[in-house]
Formats: sequence, C-alpha cells, structure tokens
Amino acid sequence: MRLLVRLQPVLAALGALAVAAGVLVAFGYPAQPALRALVAGSLGGADAWVATLLKTGPLLLAGLAVALSFRCGVWNIGAEGQLYAGALAATWVATRALPGAPALLLVPLVVVAAAGGGLVFGALAGGLRAARGVNEVISTLMLNFVAIQLVALAVHGPLQELAGAYPQSDALPAAARLPAWGRLHAGVAAAFAAALACQWLVFRTPTGFRLRAVGLSPRAARFAGISPERYGVLALALAGGLAGLAGGFEVAGVTGRLYEGLSPGHGYTAIAVALLARLHPLGVIPAALFFGALEAGAGAMQRQAGVPSVATEIVKGVVVLLSVGFAVATGAAASGAVPGAEDDPDAATETA
Amino acid sequence: MEELLAASLRLGAPLLLAALGELIVERAGVVNIGIEGMMLVGAFAAFAAAVATGSPGIGVGAALAAGAAVGLLFAAFAVGRRADQIVVGMAVNLLALGATGLAARALYAGSIPEAPRWGELAIPGLAELPWLGPVLFVQTPFVYVGLVGAAGVGWFLTRTRPGLRLRAVGEAARAADAEGVSVARVRVAALAFGGALAGLAGASLSVSQTGTFTEGMTAGRGFIALAIVIFGRWRPVGAAAAALFFGATTALQFRLQARGYAVPYPVFLMLPYVVTLAVLALATGGGRAPADLGRPYAREER
Repeated sequence: MRLLVRLQPVLAALGALAVAAGVLVAFGYPAQPALRALVAGSLGGADAWVATLLKTGPLLLAGLAVALSFRCGVWNIGAEGQLYAGALAATWVATRALPGAPALLLVPLVVVAAAGGGLVFGALAGGLRAARGVNEVISTLMLNFVAIQLVALAVHGPLQELAGAYPQSDALPAAARLPAWGRLHAGVAAAFAAALACQWLVFRTPTGFRLRAVGLSPRAARFAGISPERYGVLALALAGGLAGLAGGFEVAGVTGRLYEGLSPGHGYTAIAVALLARLHPLGVIPAALFFGALEAGAGAMQRQAGVPSVATEIVKGVVVLLSVGFAVATGAAASGAVPGAEDDPDAATETA
Repeated sequence: MEELLAASLRLGAPLLLAALGELIVERAGVVNIGIEGMMLVGAFAAFAAAVATGSPGIGVGAALAAGAAVGLLFAAFAVGRRADQIVVGMAVNLLALGATGLAARALYAGSIPEAPRWGELAIPGLAELPWLGPVLFVQTPFVYVGLVGAAGVGWFLTRTRPGLRLRAVGEAARAADAEGVSVARVRVAALAFGGALAGLAGASLSVSQTGTFTEGMTAGRGFIALAIVIFGRWRPVGAAAAALFFGATTALQFRLQARGYAVPYPVFLMLPYVVTLAVLALATGGGRAPADLGRPYAREER
C-alpha cells in the first residue's frame, strides 16, 4: 500500500496517457503515429528537449505557485491571471517606462516588475479573503478574466506597438531580453532554482512550517497563535509573484512581445502540475517536465499525425481526477497531500 | 430601446440557464466550477445531434442528456469519492475542452457544417402587446425556459418538500442526514439537474445563437454564470436580474460597436467579473452562501 502511494503520481500520469490514447482510438485517430510524434517532438533530440524545457519553465513556476497556496489551504485558481499580470508589468517596464536603460539595470527591473505584477494580483485576492471573507476560489477565478482583459486593453491601447498594425506590444528592447543560450533562456534555470527555494521555504523555515500548519488545520494553527488569514495573504502573494515571473519570463525570454492569448492556459495546467506533484515543491519539477513534454510534443502530434493538440487537455483532466480520486482512496488527505481536510469554525470569514 | 432589451434577454438566456442550474447545485452544498465544461459539452452535443438529425429539438434533448451525464461524472468524484469539488470542477473543464475539440475535428474534419437553428417563437396574442410584446414574447424558446425556470426554481426551493430538503443539505448536511435525508442522493440529483441546465445553456449557443460549433466556444460564460449566482445572492430572482444585467452589457457593447464608436471592448468583457468582485467585497448581510457550501459530506467523520 505504501508503495502504491509512492507510485501514485507515476500511475496517474500513465493512466492519463492511456485514457487519452483510448479516446483517440475511439474517435478514429491513429494512436500509434500520434504517440510516436508526441515522443519525438518532446524528447527526440536536442531541439525537442529545448522545446520541452521552454514549456516546462512557466509550468514549473505556475505549478509552484499553485502548490504553495494549496499547501496553505488556499485554493488559488488564479495562476493564469497572475501570470498575465506579471507579463503586463514586465512589458510596461521594458517598452514604456525605461526602454533605453542598459541591460544590467533593465533585466533585473523587468524580473522584479513581473514578480510584482503577479504579487499584486495574488495579494488582492488574499486581502479580500482576509478582510472581507471573500472566497479565494471565486476571487482568483474572476481576477483571471480581469487580468486577461487588462492585457487586451493594454495591447489595444497604451502598450500597443507604435507601428499600430497589430494588437501587440512593441518588441522588448534587446537590453530587456533574458540572457539565453540559443532559444533556451535563463528564466528556465531560474524556474528550477525556484523549486529548490520553495522546497527550502516550505520544509526548512518557520514560515514554511506555519504555512503548512494552516493548510493542515487552520483551527489548530489559530490555537497555536498563527493567523490563518495572514498566512493566506502571504501564500497568495508568494504564489502571485511566482506566477508573475512565469509571465515575465515568457515575454522577456520567449515571445519578446506581449499579446492576447500569450498563455495557452499555463495557469490552469499548473493545477494539474501541482496535484501530480502532490503539492511537493521538488515534485513539481518532474510534474512540470511531464506536462512540458506533453505540450511540446502536442505540436508535433498535430503536424505529423493530424491529432489536434487540444487532446492534451484530456491528459490534464484525467491526471487531476486520478490525483484527487486516488489520494482520497489511499488516505493521502489525512497525510496532508490534500489541504483543507478540516474546517475552521473560528474563522472570521464567511464562505461566499 | 426595445431592441436593446430584447437583445439583452437573448444574450442573457444562456447565462441565466446555466446560473439556475448552478444555483440548485450550490444550494445543495456543492460548488461546481465545471459549468464551463458542461456548457461546452452541451453546445457540442446539441450541434452534433442537430446536424445528424436535422432537428434542433433533438439537439436540445441531446444537450440536456449530455450535460446531465457530465454532472453525474462530477458527482461520481465529488460525492462518491468525496474529492475536492474545486479540483473536480477544473478537471471537468479540461476534459470537456479536450473531448469536444477532438470530437469536432474527428467528425467534421475541419469543415464545420451549419446546424439547423431554433429561431424566435412569437407567443400568439402576447406578441402583439405594445412595447412588451417584441421584448418579452418574440424570443427563442431558451429565453422562455430561462424566465419560467427562474420562477420554477424559486417555487421549488421555497414551496416544496424536496426543495426544503435540498436547502437543508446545503445548510446543514449533518442535521439533514439525521432527519433521514440522503445527502449523497440529493447532491447527485442536484448535480445532474445543474449539468442538464448547463447543457441547455450550451445548446442555446450552438443551435440558436450561432448555428455552429467552435473549440472553446463558451468563452468563459460558465464562469460568468458562477458569478451570477453570487451576484444574485443565491436567489433565482437575483440570478435573473444579474443575467439580464450581464446580457445588457454585452448587447450594449455590440450596439456601440455597430454604431462605429471606438469601444474599448475589453472593459465590457471585464465588467461581470469586476462587478462580482466588488459585490463580494462590499456585501454585508442579506443573502449569503449556504453554510455547508463546498464541504464534502462524510457520515463517519466527526
């Protein structure tokens, strides 16, 4: 049984792939060429690996954002919006506020702006939750759409390229671009480093201990003098910062511009990433690599086997279902893999 | 003015239908953020069945059945396995997007046919009423079902015994259980109903408003329905008012664009979410969420 619990993420990932393959066959798609293209496009050769790592970067950061907040019992569905807020702030700094600054100054500022933009959106949901008892599921979900439309507004208005041809920002100046080796930019390495930092924060610091305590039992935490509200704000702010970095790295490392639809739902995929990792910061690394490979391979699958890349959504959905369905079955909820197992009747908050 | 109001009702109908389903689900103590996915499945099922049979009516029936089936899938995990409702809802959205996208490409290979549509249906007599006639009584059946449904849901919740039981399950599941009400059965039934209405809402997009299906065509309307339930303070009349309001903002946006105003349309698209956040932040007293909302119920736990 212990072994089964250990292997649960692997089984969930394999099970999801099997279900997706079954669905493909049921719809009459060629499953074997699809799988071959998927593997070749994600792991077959250096280019494929670079593509996988480029997709892994934002999923890693956003996955950490979700894992960190779920750990604290905060249901942050808002990584998508926090990512866009980070991308928006980074683009503003690079193309409007300080476009002429030298790289030594501009790159750090762009990174700080990205984290800051996401942090503001996360903290907004956290503040509403702590002060007004607004349920964070609803607020983060609503803020996703607010952020997405703010980006739309920006690229049709104040941040639109000076040429005015397309609804997109100007290209970020070279001095704002992240250092890169070929297509692989430094943001990917930073994402891996962030996983180590989160691991240290969650398991090696008093703050991390309190975050986990609140997640396991807000009531017990309150008796121990830890404010669940305050740590909820902290968790959401941290999560927002991480997801914001993901957005900033995308514009400063990959696309070079801000436009609508910048994220193909990384913030939602991040939920699957975090659950597959069982909310473990180090576990987010293999989980993000799995989904990164899936997204990188999906393009090849669509081109070579004619299977629409939207098929990957099925894998994500099944991973999520198997992760939670199975976690309950193996009693993982009690061991803290799934937070919020207990209510907090003393909370000053109303569920709304 | 009449035109604008009629358009508000037409555009608000899918929102209202989905919101009424969600309202029943939430009053039973379950948060379903998978409505978006359920709507998408309904939109596709209606489209596929209408194209195959040439009858939009059969399409609507298929949408109801498909939506209810997704509701039961949700229930299997959220009620049966007591998995977290938020997570199950996200999974439903992802699965629905993937499955409908795959199915559409598999069935139509890139060339989407046109589906037969349900158009406006003038109610004899009432349609001739001055002013009110064209606004209220020359509408698609979806509008009528939504308006009558809002009244029906209100009557069901406050005037019937099953409605009372459903509210008891949402407010105090343990007490309801002690009274002999099966919490699981009520929640499963509520989810099937909520799924069916979300499916119907999806059908109104594919076999009434557009006559086509595109990947992810619900475009966040399921989340607006979620907002409408909160904005309407968990009451059908409130939900109807909120759906009309959000329908009106969309209608107004189209109208202004058609007249050539440079409308910053993202502002309109953002509005439902900003308004809901503001309502949540500022609300005091009045309607509030069911007490046991979002809590899986386990008999043996204390």
